[in-house]
Amino acid sequence: MNSNSLADQTLAQLSNWLMYSAIAVYLMAFLAACAEWAFGNTGRIARASATDPAGSVARDDEPSAPVGGTTPGSTSVLVPTSTTVRRKAPPGGHGAAGDSPRADVLGRTSVSLTLLAFVLHAGSIVTRGLSVARPPWGNMYEFSTAFALAAVGAYLAVLALRKNVRWLAVPILLSVLLTLGLAVTILYVDSAQLVPALHSYWLWIHVSAAIVSGGVFHIGAVVTLLFIGRDRWEAAVAKGRAGGRLATVWGRLPSAGSLDKLSYRLNVLVFPLWTFAVIAGAVWAEAAWGRYWGWDPKETWAFITWVAYAAYLHARATAGWKGRRAACLGLIAFSTFVFNYYGVNIFITGLHSYGGLPTK
Amino acid sequence: MRTALVLLLLLALAAVPGSLVPQQERQPAQAADFRRNNPDLSNVLDTLGVFNVFATPWFAAVYLLLFVSLAGCIVPRCGQYLRALRAHPPTAPRVLSRLPEHTYWIAPAADADDALRAAVDVLRGRRFRVAAGPGGDGWVAAEKGYLREAGNLVFHLALFGMLVALAIGNLFGTTGQKLILQGDGFTNTSTQYDDFTPGTLATGDDLEPFSFRLKSFHAAYQPTGPQRGTASAFEARISYTAAEGATPRDARVRVNEPLEVNGTKVFLVSHGYAPVVTVRDGKGDVAWKGPVAFLPQDNNLRSVGVVKAPDAVDAKGRPDQLGFTGLFLPTVQLDANGWVSTFPAPDDPVLVLTAYHGDLGMNSGIPQNVYQLDTERATQFRNADGTPYAKALRPGDRMTLPDGAGSLSFDGIRQWAGFQVARDPSNGTALWSSVAMGAGLCASLFVRRRRVWVRVRPHTGTDTSSGIEIEVAGLERGSSDRLGEEVGEIAAELRVRTLAACHDTSNSRTQERP
Repeated sequence: MNSNSLADQTLAQLSNWLMYSAIAVYLMAFLAACAEWAFGNTGRIARASATDPAGSVARDDEPSAPVGGTTPGSTSVLVPTSTTVRRKAPPGGHGAAGDSPRADVLGRTSVSLTLLAFVLHAGSIVTRGLSVARPPWGNMYEFSTAFALAAVGAYLAVLALRKNVRWLAVPILLSVLLTLGLAVTILYVDSAQLVPALHSYWLWIHVSAAIVSGGVFHIGAVVTLLFIGRDRWEAAVAKGRAGGRLATVWGRLPSAGSLDKLSYRLNVLVFPLWTFAVIAGAVWAEAAWGRYWGWDPKETWAFITWVAYAAYLHARATAGWKGRRAACLGLIAFSTFVFNYYGVNIFITGLHSYGGLPTK
Repeated sequence: MRTALVLLLLLALAAVPGSLVPQQERQPAQAADFRRNNPDLSNVLDTLGVFNVFATPWFAAVYLLLFVSLAGCIVPRCGQYLRALRAHPPTAPRVLSRLPEHTYWIAPAADADDALRAAVDVLRGRRFRVAAGPGGDGWVAAEKGYLREAGNLVFHLALFGMLVALAIGNLFGTTGQKLILQGDGFTNTSTQYDDFTPGTLATGDDLEPFSFRLKSFHAAYQPTGPQRGTASAFEARISYTAAEGATPRDARVRVNEPLEVNGTKVFLVSHGYAPVVTVRDGKGDVAWKGPVAFLPQDNNLRSVGVVKAPDAVDAKGRPDQLGFTGLFLPTVQLDANGWVSTFPAPDDPVLVLTAYHGDLGMNSGIPQNVYQLDTERATQFRNADGTPYAKALRPGDRMTLPDGAGSLSFDGIRQWAGFQVARDPSNGTALWSSVAMGAGLCASLFVRRRRVWVRVRPHTGTDTSSGIEIEVAGLERGSSDRLGEEVGEIAAELRVRTLAACHDTSNSRTQERP
C-alpha cells in the first residue's frame, strides 16, 4: 500500500530540486522583465500624444487588413474597414520596452527564461506525481505549485497566440514567485499517500479543472488591474493632465479598450470551465458524502466565486456598469477565488480541510 | 439586468456568513462551541438565523427574487427568440458603409441577378440563414449564430431546473445515520436509525427494504513520515440483502465508493472503536456486558464514551445504577496535556475511566443520549484522599470500585463503522440541469451571432458603361476580430464567383481595369 521505495524517494527529491531550480530561473526572468521596464521607454508616439493629448487620434485596434486584395481579376477600390473612434485616447503603447532595442532584448530574455522555468516547474510536478503514483494535487503545496504552473502556462499561451503581452511578465512572475515561495516554505509537506477521501478519479477531473480555471482567472485579474490603471491614465490624459507618477508604466501598456477586451476574453473563456469544476465537485460530493450540495465552506465559496464571476459577466453588458465598475467586480470575483483557496483551507474547518498543514 | 446584477451580488454576500459561522445542521459540535464562546453574539446571530443561513427566509428571499427577476427576463426573451426563428434576417441598412465591417468593389460586365444568386449561394454554403430583397436595387441579408441566444435561454432555464432539483431533494429526499458495530446488522427502516432526517413530504415508511451486516472494518494508516497517522484506506466489508428474502451478497463499501441498492446509497462516513467491557455490580452479578461505541475526538482517534449499567444493585441488593465515563486511546501516551493518542491504530490501547453510582436518570422515562452520562443525581466514586477515582485499563485489566460497589473488566476491542444512508430523488434532475447549464453556457459565450448583407447596384462610374458595384458588410453585437476575416472571406469568394460567371457569359470580352 505504502510504496516508499528508494526510487520514489529519489523522484520526490528530484521534484524538490527541480522546484528550487524553477524558482531560481523564474527569479531571473522576473529581474529581466523588471530591467525591460527600467531600460525601456514610453515610445515616441505615446510621448508626443501624452504631451499633446488633443492632437492625436487613436483607434482601439489595428485596422484590419484590406479584404480580398490578392484576388485576380477586376477591380479595385478597396477601403480599409471603418473603425469608430469613441473617445480621444492616447494610442496603445508598445509594451514595456517601448522602442528601445536594448530593453527589447531583455524582454525576450525574460520570456526565454520563463519558458525554461516553466519546463523545470512542470518537471517538478510530474516527478512529484510519479513519486506517489497519483495526481500531484492532494495538498496545499501541490495545489499551489500546480496553480502557479497553470498561471504561467496561461501567460505563455496568450504570448504564443501572437499577442504581445510581455507587459504581463512582471505582475505574473511576481505572484508566481510569491505563490511558489509560500508553497516551498509554509505549505510544504513531503510527498505521501492521499487520505481515503481523495481516492477517486474525480481528483483528476475536479481539481485539475479548478487549477486551470484559477491560472486563467489569475491572468484575467492581472489584466483587469492593469486596465483600471491604464483607463484612469487615459481619462487623465484626455483631460490634459500628466497622468500621475506611474504614467510611464500606463503609457507603455496597450489601450484600455484592448486590455478590457483581453481580460473579458480570458474570464469568459474559463468561466465555463469553472462552472464545470463546481459541477464535477458536486458529482464527486454525491459519490463521497451522499449529497451533491451541502454548503460546506469550500462549496459555499465556490458558489460565491461563481456568482461573482456571473455578476461580472452581466455587468459587462449592463449600462452604467461597463468599464471600471465591471472591472472592479472582476477583481472582487478573483479575490473570492483566492479566499476560497487560502482563507477557507487555513482558517475555516470543513470537509475540504486536508491541506496537509501542520496543525497548530 | 440591473436588478438581476444587484440580486446576484446580494446572493453572494448572503452566502458569506454561512461559511464563517458554523452551521447547526452541518457542524453541530462546532456550532455549540461557538455559542459557548460568544454567548451575546450568538443571541443576535440566532435571531438572524445565521446558524442556519441556507434555510433562513432572507436567504430564500434573495434567491427567489433572483429567480422571479430571471423569469421576468427569460419568458419574454423566449417569445422573442421564437419569433426571431420564424422571421427573415432584417433588411439591409441603407448605408452599408457605416457598418463596422464593410468592403465593396466594382465588377464590370457582371449581371446583378447572377451576383445576387451567387451571394445567396455563398452565404448558404457558409450555413447562414438567407433572405433576398426584391430585384433592382438588390440585396441579400443573412444571419447566423442563433444558437447563442438559444444557449443563453437554455442556461437560464436550467437554473430553474436546479431550483426544482433543490426543492425535490428537500421535500422527498431522506438521509439517516447509523453506527454499526463489527458483526452487527442493520435493516433499512426509520426506527433503526440513530438519526433520521426525512424530507418535508417524505414519510420514512417507504424506505428501500434492504438490510446489511458489517462483517469487518479495515483501516490503514501512514506508519511513518510527517503525515504519520493519516489514513490511507478505509474499507467496510458487508453482506447485504437487497430485499426481504433475497440471497445475501458480499460488498465492500469505501469512502467514495458507496453501496447502491435500488437508488438508495450507503456511504461509509466514520469509524471508531468500541471497547468490550463487563460490568459487575455489588452482588457480583453481570450488570452489563458488551461492546460500547466510543466517539473519536481527533485524527488519532482519542475517543470518549460512557458505559451504563442501569440494572446494577449494591452489595445489599438495593438498586444502585453504575455509570462509567472516560477515554479510549488506541495508542496511548500520557503527556503534559493529559491522556493523548499518538496513532489511530490500536497498537497500545488504553481505556481510562472514572465511575459514578446512584441515580443516573435511566429509569426516568426521558430518552437519554447514549454517549452522555447524566451525573446530576449521581455520586462520583472517590479515592481515600478525596480525588476522583479513575483507572487506566489495558485489555484484560479490571477496575474494582471502592467499597465493593462492583467492578468493570476491559475484555477487548471491536471496531465500528458509521454509515450514511441517503436517497435523493433529485439527483437526476440536478445532473441533467447542470449538463444543460454547461452546454447552454458554452453556446451563449462562444457562438457568435452576426449578420451579413450583400448589396448589388448598377455602377454609375465615369468611364465604364456597364458593371455593378457589390458591397459586403457585417455586423456583430460585441466586436470581434473574426467578423472582419469572415466578411473578407465572403467577399473574396463572391468575387471569384462573379468573375467566373462573367467569364461564362461573355467569353469574347476582355477584362478591363478601370
